Amino acid sequence: MDIKQLETKATETRKRLLQMIHDAKGGHTGGAMSSVDILVTLFYHTMKYQAQNPSWPDRDRFILSKGHSVEGYYAVLADAGFFPKDMLDTYGKFQSRLAGHPTRKVPGIELNSGALGHGLSVGVGMALAAKMDKKSYRTYVLMGDGEQGEGSIMEAANSAGHYKLDNLVAIIDRNFLQISGNTEDVMALGNLKKRWEAYNWHVDEIDGNNISGLVKLFDSYPVINGKPHLIIAKTTKGCGVSFMENKPEWHHKVPTEEQMKTAFTELDKKLG
Amino acid sequence: MEANKIPCRQAFTDKILELAKKDQNIIAVTSDARGSVTLNKFADELPQQFVEVGIAEQNAIGISAGLALSGKKPFVCGPACFYAARSYEQVKVDVAYNKTNVKIFGVSGGVSYGALGTTHHSLNDIAVMRTLPDMSVILPSDAALTQKMTEYLVNHSGPVYIRVGRAAVPDVYTNGEAEFIFGKANTLLEGNDLTIIATGETVYHALQAGKKLSESGIKARVLDMHTIKPLDYAAIEKAAHETKLIVVVEEHHVKGGLGSAVAEWIVENHSMPVKIIGFPDANAEHGSSPELFKHYGLDADGIVSTVKKAYGC
Repeated sequence: MDIKQLETKATETRKRLLQMIHDAKGGHTGGAMSSVDILVTLFYHTMKYQAQNPSWPDRDRFILSKGHSVEGYYAVLADAGFFPKDMLDTYGKFQSRLAGHPTRKVPGIELNSGALGHGLSVGVGMALAAKMDKKSYRTYVLMGDGEQGEGSIMEAANSAGHYKLDNLVAIIDRNFLQISGNTEDVMALGNLKKRWEAYNWHVDEIDGNNISGLVKLFDSYPVINGKPHLIIAKTTKGCGVSFMENKPEWHHKVPTEEQMKTAFTELDKKLG
Repeated sequence: MEANKIPCRQAFTDKILELAKKDQNIIAVTSDARGSVTLNKFADELPQQFVEVGIAEQNAIGISAGLALSGKKPFVCGPACFYAARSYEQVKVDVAYNKTNVKIFGVSGGVSYGALGTTHHSLNDIAVMRTLPDMSVILPSDAALTQKMTEYLVNHSGPVYIRVGRAAVPDVYTNGEAEFIFGKANTLLEGNDLTIIATGETVYHALQAGKKLSESGIKARVLDMHTIKPLDYAAIEKAAHETKLIVVVEEHHVKGGLGSAVAEWIVENHSMPVKIIGFPDANAEHGSSPELFKHYGLDADGIVSTVKKAYGC
């Protein structure tokens, strides 16, 4: 898939996830929108997997540690063929497999998540297992920036550096907003790059809403053997719909009928 | 009383090392506790199957879940007090909720650490672990049963919390007679007056108490309830039908543990007295493990005394 096609997938994913949140009358709009380009790049360009055989032993693993941004993840998995697209219509409904946080009941999902600060440790375990079994699959863990407040992530980061897990890629969706406001006002994260480098990680900072840049970066990995990789992906919360962008209230606000029309008009323009 | 020379933690590590040599998927994970667990030999002989995470129990559990999701059989080992508290959310989410094949081997449980105090006691671990869906809970009573349990667990798929003590304990089972059937209590002494149900280190004391009661003409049935979840309801049902009183003995707070699990069943299905011998809902006094057992009435004399009062003699 070329860059243009990936960008089209990203826009379609944004439309789909907004529709899901609107129909379900609930969801985590802002963070789902900010992470779409990362998900699209991973699932349509970078990762090896077999959608019809989700437990293929050599597949790359993906963990959504910021489990609340689940809507775009469901939309991408369905479009990639892990499960029928009409299942997306059940999101948020009674007894749907598509819950408000990811679960392994859904084909393609590796880990029940939702409580923050868990995904990276599990990813370290997967990456260690790959080393033990001399397998070449990679493990990708997508975290939030607000999530970086959880101390358990530092335990995991420390151990990944210690064990030189160059088959592990962690990504921080750095949109600078968490539920209560700006991340630097709520609890300043300071220099994330230096913090992770101190744990023996190779760190890249990149525009996380630029698919072309993401593609190039993922293609370049591993940059340094013996070091896990962190991508600080600077993103815009609510990315793609102007009135949602950088607005803390869109963390989990549900768009009205009118707002959906405006949002879709904007997104459709991108589709040309 | 004569103690076995091998504590349960070492009975486990001897056996798991033997089994891990034949199965490279068996992985020992620990958090700077290789000494307390007695995993040094394992670390030396099978370094490729040993994962040290440093003092980071949350990470130890998360890593174990990741290993399990990749086909490994991790046994994450360390002090029970930390794994049942510090890393509880990881146990709840990464292990129980995800139904990962992780065995949490908690050592020096209950008041094993004695004088080290409340920070190192685990007196509510049974309560918190047994209330997690899909989590099993086992407290083996001696070294021989620990080894039988370990042989079973390497082929058991799913989350299990195991608790053992620190010091060597007297043999409950002798001459290789220990039989471990997951979820099935062992009857150590037959009797139809009352039933004493014990678990972990208290089993030996309950057995001695049963023998003493017998000398006084009270015929106590003594059960080793090594598996607390899934609980052997058939054995409890039988005790409820055939005996007049159930006394539960556990190295745990009287609230939430095995006693509560037994009482939950009895109150739903029978009308009979249940007495729970354990630690009160308070921080334990300062003292060694044997001193605390004696003080709180968990040794044989304490059990005999409580049983006689409850039995009305």
